[in-house]
Amino acid sequence: MQKPIFEINGLTKIYGSGEVEVRALNGVDMTLYEGEMAVLLGPSGSGKSTLLNIVGGLDQATSGKVLFDGRPLTALNERELTRYRREHVGFVFQFYNLIPSLTARENVALVTEISRAPMSPDEALAMVNLSDRATHFPAQLSGGEQQRIAIARAIAKRPEVLLCDEPTGALDSKTGILVLEALSTINRELGTTAAIITHNVGIREIANRVFYFKDGKIEDMQVNDHPISPSKVSW
Amino acid sequence: MRALDKKLVYDLRRIWAQALAIALVMACGVATIILSIGSYRSLEETRSAFYERYRFGSVFASAVRAPLTLKERIASLPGVSAVELRIMQPVLLDVPLMVEPATGIAVSIPDHREALVNKVYIRQGRLPESGRPDEVAVLETFADAHRFTPGDSFEAIINGKKRKLTIVGTVLSPEFVYAIGPGDMVPDQKRFGVFYMSASVLRALYDMEGAFDDLSLTTLRNADLGRITEGLDKILKPYGGSGARSREDQLSHAFLDNELTELKAMAMIIPPIFLFVSAFLVNMILSRLIELEREQVGLLKAIGYSDVAVGWHYTKLVLAIGLVGMVIGVIAGQWLGLGLTRLYGRFFTFPFLIFRHSVDLFLLATGVTMLAAVAGAARAVYSTVRLPPAVAMQPPAPTQYRSLFDRSKRRFQRISRRTIMSTRHLLRWPLRTFLTTLGTSLSVTLLVTAVFAFDSIDYMIDNIFFRTERQDASVSLVKALPLDAQYSLRGLPGVKRVEPFRATLTKFRHGETEKRVPIVGISNDSRLLQILDVEQNPVKPPNSGLMVPDMLARQLKLRPGDQVQVELLEHNNRVVSVPVVGLVSSYVGLTSYMSLKSLNRLLREGDRMNGARIRIDASSLPDLYQEVKQTPVITSIALLDVSLQKFRETIRENITTMTTLYVVLAVIITFGVIYNSARIQLSERARELASLRVFGFTRGEVSSVLLTELGIITLLAQPLGWLLGYLFAWMVVKGFESDLYRIPFVISSETFANASLVVIVAAVVSALIVRRRIDRFDLVRVLKTRE
Repeated sequence: MQKPIFEINGLTKIYGSGEVEVRALNGVDMTLYEGEMAVLLGPSGSGKSTLLNIVGGLDQATSGKVLFDGRPLTALNERELTRYRREHVGFVFQFYNLIPSLTARENVALVTEISRAPMSPDEALAMVNLSDRATHFPAQLSGGEQQRIAIARAIAKRPEVLLCDEPTGALDSKTGILVLEALSTINRELGTTAAIITHNVGIREIANRVFYFKDGKIEDMQVNDHPISPSKVSW
Repeated sequence: MRALDKKLVYDLRRIWAQALAIALVMACGVATIILSIGSYRSLEETRSAFYERYRFGSVFASAVRAPLTLKERIASLPGVSAVELRIMQPVLLDVPLMVEPATGIAVSIPDHREALVNKVYIRQGRLPESGRPDEVAVLETFADAHRFTPGDSFEAIINGKKRKLTIVGTVLSPEFVYAIGPGDMVPDQKRFGVFYMSASVLRALYDMEGAFDDLSLTTLRNADLGRITEGLDKILKPYGGSGARSREDQLSHAFLDNELTELKAMAMIIPPIFLFVSAFLVNMILSRLIELEREQVGLLKAIGYSDVAVGWHYTKLVLAIGLVGMVIGVIAGQWLGLGLTRLYGRFFTFPFLIFRHSVDLFLLATGVTMLAAVAGAARAVYSTVRLPPAVAMQPPAPTQYRSLFDRSKRRFQRISRRTIMSTRHLLRWPLRTFLTTLGTSLSVTLLVTAVFAFDSIDYMIDNIFFRTERQDASVSLVKALPLDAQYSLRGLPGVKRVEPFRATLTKFRHGETEKRVPIVGISNDSRLLQILDVEQNPVKPPNSGLMVPDMLARQLKLRPGDQVQVELLEHNNRVVSVPVVGLVSSYVGLTSYMSLKSLNRLLREGDRMNGARIRIDASSLPDLYQEVKQTPVITSIALLDVSLQKFRETIRENITTMTTLYVVLAVIITFGVIYNSARIQLSERARELASLRVFGFTRGEVSSVLLTELGIITLLAQPLGWLLGYLFAWMVVKGFESDLYRIPFVISSETFANASLVVIVAAVVSALIVRRRIDRFDLVRVLKTRE
């Protein structure tokens, strides 16, 4: 396949110590490639989110190595991690995390203002089909719309990777599909690598590869040669 | 402990910093109530106890020379309970190791018995024995200033003769609690002393056998003071009586009264500020806390806790905070009270100080503060408690914002999104924003109100010591002498210029009101005294007619052109009608001015003077002093420089102490308001701010969102604080206005700037403490939680 974007070796994350020690990640090896869409499946506490947080520069690993585009992420300090997030990563969370005091367009612009070569906020909103909602405040939007604004905000800076932690977790099937379609469009059109955490097994079918997590390890990995369109996902 | 009470303890532990910030503001409220009302009571009770035990006179009068046989007539005036006839004379003192002469008042004490009125308190030693011409008891302040103890001696010029006097005791008197020398603006314990001698000795020294020149009497409860003074005036008129006066016109008493008025004003102004701020802070914090615990409230109600039980739970939280504030406040109030009492000790001399730990005062202070806190909490508690459990357990509806500052509009293009976030957030809760701003502005107000006194005093000093009084020294003579006496003064060593004046005590009457007013006559070419009109321009004394201070004009409703009835108190109470020709600006006393010629015409004694302003060559001062001490006709000499220095010292010390207190109070308010407001914002916007961090905003950029809001509030608070400070300062000026002195209403731009500087620094520090929390955000945890 293509060039690897993340190379993860022996990644371990331990919370607490002694008797209350929790191994959230227990020696994970994994590679993500440029432009691929990966789905991370597994029960709660299996380590998916911890992995995503470390890869996204939100958390530090206890041991192991993460290379981003050949550069070690695990060696970066706080300031460099902030810069890494600012320039290379887009995040989408379960609860959208929009700024309630800013309109949809302003929420997107918040990120484009500090990016090097962003698309315009309107362009980003068009990609998620929400141009007509540009001047609405989050409180005036439905959950699905809010999540799509969050996606527009995440991709507006043209990040190399898009990390989505349960993006459809709070949504019904109809709006969930709209959100997945937005993600899929972006993956296809911009070539952005996407890693999506979900509890919804059906979603695995839109991915190129599916990773199964259990007890802080990758238990299994499946390659999906023929990903389907989100509209065909059985919820 | 019940489960709900355990929750209370955990809650308190969690919000300890905010709770402490509120408790401190409450403590200021409690402390200032205890301080102001406590000091008021302390001073008031001490004064009345001293007055009562030492029989402070209710009415005072003096005459030139009146026979002792009048005593019965005076005692039989209705309402009089005791009369003491005495000798009271100004003297010049020659104290060892002191170059300049001090001034003093010699007061007689009855032979072979206790004084019936104005009894003295003996601190050390004893009273002079009857008939001993060399024995004196001196006022404790004077003795302390010179480190005199019984056995020491000094010299005094008594009726033109120098005498050596030996101190046999130090005393305190209800008449001289505030012992201020003639013509002085502040007490100068070194240069002014009161001493007591045996009546028979003083009579002999002043050729007053069988006579008196001063009297004081006590009255029965409900006595008609007006009738007594009238009766006294009638009795004393043939003997040169200069008008009886009640306590209100007694100098020491009037100064004490002034101080009491000021304390009362302080009690009315300062504590309410803190009560308001603490009520507001409690409301702000509790509203947020309850909002965060909405689901818990719903749950508690769902499992069967009543509205009252839930409401009481949160009320207890407030009461717990109040309790901490109360304890700190009571301790601080006591401590400050003692400090203020000690400060009083320098101005007011009492044999004892009653600083009672009155329970009712503590109850009042803490009750009022608790009430303010609970009032602040009431709305927050009520609004949550009345929600049905099912609704309470749902998260609150998302916050709606208004699209102000739409950046598609060109003029808003340059505003950053972060500024827009801050501004919209502020405008979303306009009342809270306003109250936060108001709270912060009150710190500025407090500071302006405290610090402006420096400007006022500087202005007053410039006005009095540099523009009005331009002499090097002023001398007063033992009595009115022909104007030729100025040539003898001119002949004293180092004297370069002499400007004679004539001063006389009168009573002004216009309409219903009357006032005791000294009139000073000065020559038309006077240079050493410059009268200033209300616009502060120098004016010449008029050829005829009076120039009166604007304050007196207001009191008597006088306008230039009006005729005022002037009773010449030192000239057989003859009443003359004199036109008012102009108003003068004056900050001390009610002295009115005339030309020397016209005053002398009015007094019908020929061209006379009883004092002079002089310019001297500083190098000959010691010789001059030496000479003055030998000159019987001179009763006092006051050096302007010395007065100024003493004035500055006293006032500075006084104001500095108060200003320090106010700065501390202002910093506490600022901290309480800004810190709490920052914490609330942080709590409300944790997700927003964490999101920004996730998107790659640096810590600095994220903090700027929060700091922008606080910055806007702090900046808005400045002009509001200045405005309120201006108003408060004006109220202070009006509150201080009395016959004794007024303070000019002057506030410099530096005062506003300094007040703002202190508040801004305090705000920045408070905000930075909160900023550290942003730096320690657990991004993952914050983002994973639902709002």
